[in-house]
Amino acid sequence: MNDLSASISAPLECNDVLRERGQREVFCGLTSIVWLHRKIQDAFFLVVGSRTCAHLIQSAAGVMIFAEPRFATAIIDDRDLSGVAEMNEELDKVVTRLIQRRPDIKLLFLVGSCPSEVIKLDLSRAAQRLSRQLMPDVRVLSYSGSGIETTFTQGEDACLTTLARELPSAAADAPASLLIVGALPDVVEDQFRRLFADLGLGNVGFLPPRGSAELPPIGSNTRYLLAQPFLGETSRALDDRGATRLAAPFPFGIEGTSAWIAAGAQAFGIDGATVERTIAPHRERAGIALAHYRDVLRGKRFFFFPDSQLEIPLARFLARELDMIPVEVGTPYIHRQHMAADLALLPPGTLISEGQDVDSQLDRCRAAQPDIVVCGLGLANPLEAEGLTTKWSIELLFSPTHGFEQAGDLAELFARPLIRRARLGGGKP
Amino acid sequence: MKLTLWTYEGPPHVGAMRIAASMTGLHYVLHAPQGDTYADLLFTMIERRDTRPPVTYTTFQARDLGGDTAGLFQRSVSDAYDRFKPEAMIVGASCTAELIQDDPAGLARALDLPIPVIPLELPSYQKKENWGAAETFYRLCRALAGPHVPPPGTSRPVRDLGRRPLCNILGPTSLGFRNRDDLVEVRKLLDRLGVDVNVVAPLGASPADIARLGEADFNVVLYPEIADVAVKWLERSFGQKSVRVSPIGVGGTRDFIEAVAGLIGSDTAPLLNEPTSRLTWYARSVDSTYLNGKRVFIFGDATHAIAAARVATMELGLTVVGLGTYAREFARDVRDAAALYGLEALITDDYLEVEEAVEALAPDLVLGTQMERHIAKRLGIPSAVISAPVHVQDFPARYSPQMGFEGANVLFDTWVHPLMMGLEEHLLVMFRDDREFHGTAGPSHIVRMATPQPQAAASVMSSESQPATIQDVNAESQPDVGQTTTVWNADAERELKKIPFFVRGKARRNTERFALERRLTEITVDTLYDAKAHFSR
Ligand code: SF4
Ligand code: SF4
Repeated sequence: MNDLSASISAPLECNDVLRERGQREVFCGLTSIVWLHRKIQDAFFLVVGSRTCAHLIQSAAGVMIFAEPRFATAIIDDRDLSGVAEMNEELDKVVTRLIQRRPDIKLLFLVGSCPSEVIKLDLSRAAQRLSRQLMPDVRVLSYSGSGIETTFTQGEDACLTTLARELPSAAADAPASLLIVGALPDVVEDQFRRLFADLGLGNVGFLPPRGSAELPPIGSNTRYLLAQPFLGETSRALDDRGATRLAAPFPFGIEGTSAWIAAGAQAFGIDGATVERTIAPHRERAGIALAHYRDVLRGKRFFFFPDSQLEIPLARFLARELDMIPVEVGTPYIHRQHMAADLALLPPGTLISEGQDVDSQLDRCRAAQPDIVVCGLGLANPLEAEGLTTKWSIELLFSPTHGFEQAGDLAELFARPLIRRARLGGGKP
Repeated sequence: MKLTLWTYEGPPHVGAMRIAASMTGLHYVLHAPQGDTYADLLFTMIERRDTRPPVTYTTFQARDLGGDTAGLFQRSVSDAYDRFKPEAMIVGASCTAELIQDDPAGLARALDLPIPVIPLELPSYQKKENWGAAETFYRLCRALAGPHVPPPGTSRPVRDLGRRPLCNILGPTSLGFRNRDDLVEVRKLLDRLGVDVNVVAPLGASPADIARLGEADFNVVLYPEIADVAVKWLERSFGQKSVRVSPIGVGGTRDFIEAVAGLIGSDTAPLLNEPTSRLTWYARSVDSTYLNGKRVFIFGDATHAIAAARVATMELGLTVVGLGTYAREFARDVRDAAALYGLEALITDDYLEVEEAVEALAPDLVLGTQMERHIAKRLGIPSAVISAPVHVQDFPARYSPQMGFEGANVLFDTWVHPLMMGLEEHLLVMFRDDREFHGTAGPSHIVRMATPQPQAAASVMSSESQPATIQDVNAESQPDVGQTTTVWNADAERELKKIPFFVRGKARRNTERFALERRLTEITVDTLYDAKAHFSR
């Protein structure tokens, strides 16, 4: 999925891209289970993997241990590997126990991991077999969140790709509909739904849906907007179903959200003046919220370590709406086509790095001494201890950040560490 | 294949990381996919470590698999050597790399680096974190101290009585439970006994320090989970003796002092005759009488669980109703300890089984890991954490050891505080009709408890209009119950509300259990008091 040679359709201009291959310091796709399971409320995510996989999700999920979670790991052991136990039978046993325990589950994802991929355990066949047994009560699907194939948010891409193939077909003469693709917090989803309704678009579907029974129908009259920048494979699967992607920058900040909404409206023949009139109050409110943070953020130099593929749209937002200065925008992978609009809006000459060699990137970061570093949890405290100010990138995924109403919150996420350091008197700890 | 919701231990290579992260001058190259780098955050976030752990990951991807993952591994090793210039390296495979069989040992050897490079074989599909840590520590000791082992049959030279005896302190590691502070306590004790410390390992040791382990007269094994394999080898190779008593609690600490003194022939009197821990007096002070027979459930690693059971029983007068461990390697020790209390030890790494046990036993206090803290929280039972796996809260800013006399003070505070002091309980009963203590008043400063929470508080409070049905209560442990539904009548419900909120949940549970066992369909005021009489001890 990270193959650099794939899907380079539009060559980059104006921006230098530094291609890196070395040690990566990122999560694997399993991590996206942490937000996906909360989004699809009757779904369960069963990772078929090792103790490492179980430990990863547990560590990434951190404090969410309070309730019995809707995810778990079927840990492969040496009996499975040596053939003493028949792995498919073992898996069936685990699933049976799980379904007995959790009768509320309607959709079960078997999630592949590095070990299951390397030993070529065919989870899609297992899912078909189990689905046959468990339907109509439980539908069983599969995808891979393995670290050898997916980086962090690409786990969501793989999950939604599977769902995209399962969507019911819309009738050939179904009226045109809009589909918004990418897991969004419910509150954000509702805001977008209201905005499009105000524009006269009542027929808006969301992928993933909140419940597995609400899969939106899809067909050649479906137009879709990507709400997240990491959905390359999902987009391809939707195209295969006849849907059409609406090109737009991603809905972060006022500019991104305005253009994104406008792209949706335009596809349904809604005139520019109506769009203007409808979004004006939201835009104004977002402007007021952003203004609170502009003084703190203006002129500050920022450095992104690669993490979620959100880096480029966020850099665009920080640079254009808060007058911040990009030092380096690291991203695990650039989908040239989906990212085209955001790339075009980045300040000319912005250094973008794709892939990672963490040690040399740390060297560059230390040499540049940016005002704020956006990085993963493994790097944040060590950099803080060196006197740099950091923002945990994972919070950008876990918090509501999209759309007009969250533009101020998004800015606040970057302002918070700077304000904190100032409160504590700056300098090294 | 095993269904796992939460795990007590990570994979064995995380154990190896804990050893590497404990030491200085040691670097670990791990053949692993990118997602495995999550393990860094255990150190940087949980322990708030201010540098990255000394680990390089190869982060191979699917596209590398058909090609040259072996070459990638070798490049990673030589790059890590050039960049970090360690004194020694450990190399190995994570679970995925184990499957692709690249032979890290042979590949690293072929590079012929000018430092010791120690290969690790940690079977990821059989073993777990603590085993991995113990094995790694043992391999390091063998590789680095091995060259200094005297020829077989050499007898240990007699200690020059002119110098103070010298010991190693073995077992403290990164991500261990309160190891940082325990070490300070143990060093203090040893110093008072006239013992000097040769090496503390792995925490803070360098490869050169490991090479010197044989120079000590004896070893102090603080955490056998980590150190025991290595210590057995040291005993065999260098003829060293070892102290394995865990200085947790007043009794444990006194035994530790005696054991060390016995080994070196020193006098314990000065140390044992002076006033030591406040625990002893506090446990005897009148307000502690209410601790009598409070039922405690204990689960953790072997060292801490066994010690906690002893302290709870002998020093606080509690009753241990459950004792267990997730550390299968030490199952025998925990079984033996449980037998002392007439219990069958719970040996499991399945969180759900532990939860079932706690639920069935309904103890007054749970002492466990962070996992048991969550179980207890959900069930509304007071709890304290006594063992790894750790959480950011287990690295308090203040000095907070578990070992030594100061550690015993810490145990008293952290275990007894959640139980609420007896005096306070009496006062609350006395004033229960006052407005401030009316039926639905929660604790004054715990605002959220006043509104029923779906799980934790549901059994503590119930609204007038909703008679409680209890077909679920202990359904699994009461197989003969059938479909009985028991309802509280209005008078009984009112009476229940007069009971202070912090014991009300227990009163409700006990009464319902009592009614269920007798197949009563209605709980009356009499049922309530019959149950009270039945369960009172
Ligand atoms: S990188 Fe692979 S082995 Fe590691 S946690 Fe992710 S899926 Fe599991
Ligand atoms: S309010 Fe309750 S919990 Fe708080 S100190 Fe008083 S008795 Fe203890």
